[in-house]
Amino acid sequence: MEHQAIIEVKGLQKYFGSFEAVKNVSFTVNKGDVFGFLGPNGAGKSTTMRCMLSLIKPNAGDIRIFGKNLFEERNAILAKVGSIVEKPDFYKYLSALKNLEIFARVSGAQVSQKEIYETLDFVGLLGREKDKVGGFSHGMRQRLGIAQTLLHQPELIILDEPTTGLDPQGIIEVRDLILRLKNEQNKTVILSSHQLAEIELVANRMVIINKGQTIIEGSVAELMNAQETLLHIELVQNSQGAAALIQEILPQVKVQVSSPKTLELSIEKKHISNLNNKLVQAGFEIVALEPKRKLEDFFIQMTQA
Amino acid sequence: MLWKNTYNEFIKILAKPRSYIGLAALTLLILIILFAMKADGRMYISFVTASFEQTLSFNGNILNGNLIAFIILQMLIVHIPLLVALVTGDLLSGEAAMGTLRMLLTKPISRSQVVFSKLIAAAVYTFILVIWMGFLALVVGRWVFGTGDLIVLNSDGLVILNYEDILWRYGLAFLVAYLALMTIATLSIAFSAFADNSIGPIVSTMAVIILFTIIGTLDVSVFDHVKPWLFTTHMASWRSFFSDPVPWSAIWDSICILLAHNILFVAVAVFKFKRKDITS
Repeated sequence: MEHQAIIEVKGLQKYFGSFEAVKNVSFTVNKGDVFGFLGPNGAGKSTTMRCMLSLIKPNAGDIRIFGKNLFEERNAILAKVGSIVEKPDFYKYLSALKNLEIFARVSGAQVSQKEIYETLDFVGLLGREKDKVGGFSHGMRQRLGIAQTLLHQPELIILDEPTTGLDPQGIIEVRDLILRLKNEQNKTVILSSHQLAEIELVANRMVIINKGQTIIEGSVAELMNAQETLLHIELVQNSQGAAALIQEILPQVKVQVSSPKTLELSIEKKHISNLNNKLVQAGFEIVALEPKRKLEDFFIQMTQA
Repeated sequence: MLWKNTYNEFIKILAKPRSYIGLAALTLLILIILFAMKADGRMYISFVTASFEQTLSFNGNILNGNLIAFIILQMLIVHIPLLVALVTGDLLSGEAAMGTLRMLLTKPISRSQVVFSKLIAAAVYTFILVIWMGFLALVVGRWVFGTGDLIVLNSDGLVILNYEDILWRYGLAFLVAYLALMTIATLSIAFSAFADNSIGPIVSTMAVIILFTIIGTLDVSVFDHVKPWLFTTHMASWRSFFSDPVPWSAIWDSICILLAHNILFVAVAVFKFKRKDITS
């Protein structure tokens, strides 16, 4: 299936004086993607996101959103984008409702009062709309930030650390919200987060940037599967015997026996099923067979390389 | 989008406590002056008229509302710029400090429109300040002290203006005073475009006013070519409407120079703000 590119960033560069914040960042976000935007602190994520929203003008490179040049057709593009950059900030001396009315008025769409109330309900702030934002907790501001992002029914949603400050229930709600936006409304979402487990759960594609450069970009599943995974095997007994058999089947693999009942090895994901069959056929009783590789491991491997 | 954001600006200004500091301070100052004049105004006036009383005889209500309004304008024109800068210097940089500028500029509104909507809001706010000052000084002043001929002491001597010949002068004087205050507003907005904090533009605006005023008052020939071009030189040109005859040519020159400064400061604000990286 041909993918329709919603965002194309090519060769992005940004200097602040002599400091090179972004050296060479390129990636493509397709329509309907939940796109994980990852990188350690100081990698250039925020600068790239600000460039994508025309808050910062890059020194070089090209940003095309919806097929249009961002800096030539800024207003037409931003009318179809909802975003939170870094953290949602509001007029603290105004109520949540007044804040949403202010942002709705400049959103480029006609947003009715009913729609504002529906959005407040959607993010769980209905009943608090008359309260001043100055009295809101960080989590409530985060929810209000998501509300202002969704007010004008944008096609593209850019969320920078949307779960920061939320309690576990709030994190689950945001995760569900992102999946609903993708599955029910076919929205495209770019998501940056330090909670990599969250990204792993919702993103279908991702890019990792480090030191202002793109390290790797692609499908989350493919990137994770392409790499060797750490496999943890727990048996009823005789891990030594199982290790010897594995070594026989896969001589290139290094097996580490960690206890009489457990062993670990690095293995490509495609070999796991075959290995399982061979162990069972040889009479080993397997209690658990758990691929341990997580996005965190992958992220650390990529950014420390 | 310009008008929608201008409407937003009015909502913000109305909701901000600091917007009322100017109006409250102005009201308090004027009420104090009115009270002081009511209590001890005759003594105050006699200081001015004493030197003329050997050659002139003053009859009627000299300490009237028209004179009170003139005294109030004279006293407050120095302080009102601070009240204006307090609000207008915060318009762009205050939002940068709060982080809301980042939120606003991710919306489909151009940066020029953001500056112009804030400028319109600043113009209306400054106009309200001037109207309020005019109301308190002239309307309340006349109500408390009655009306009468206006006696003004200026560099040419004593000018006596018939009470029927005064209101139009006040009308035009308030308009020129408004233009002078708009120069302060645009200057502070220009500083605001450079800063990411609220206090910097306010302090910078006042520093420029003080510096230019000092240059304007220094009797040093090296500044003679500069003085006519400083906006502070023309901030008190409203006073010229109370000369007889009115020096229309000098007033027109002042209006042109103040207008030129307004345009220059707005251009600087737009130029800078359009190119500014929003990192706050």
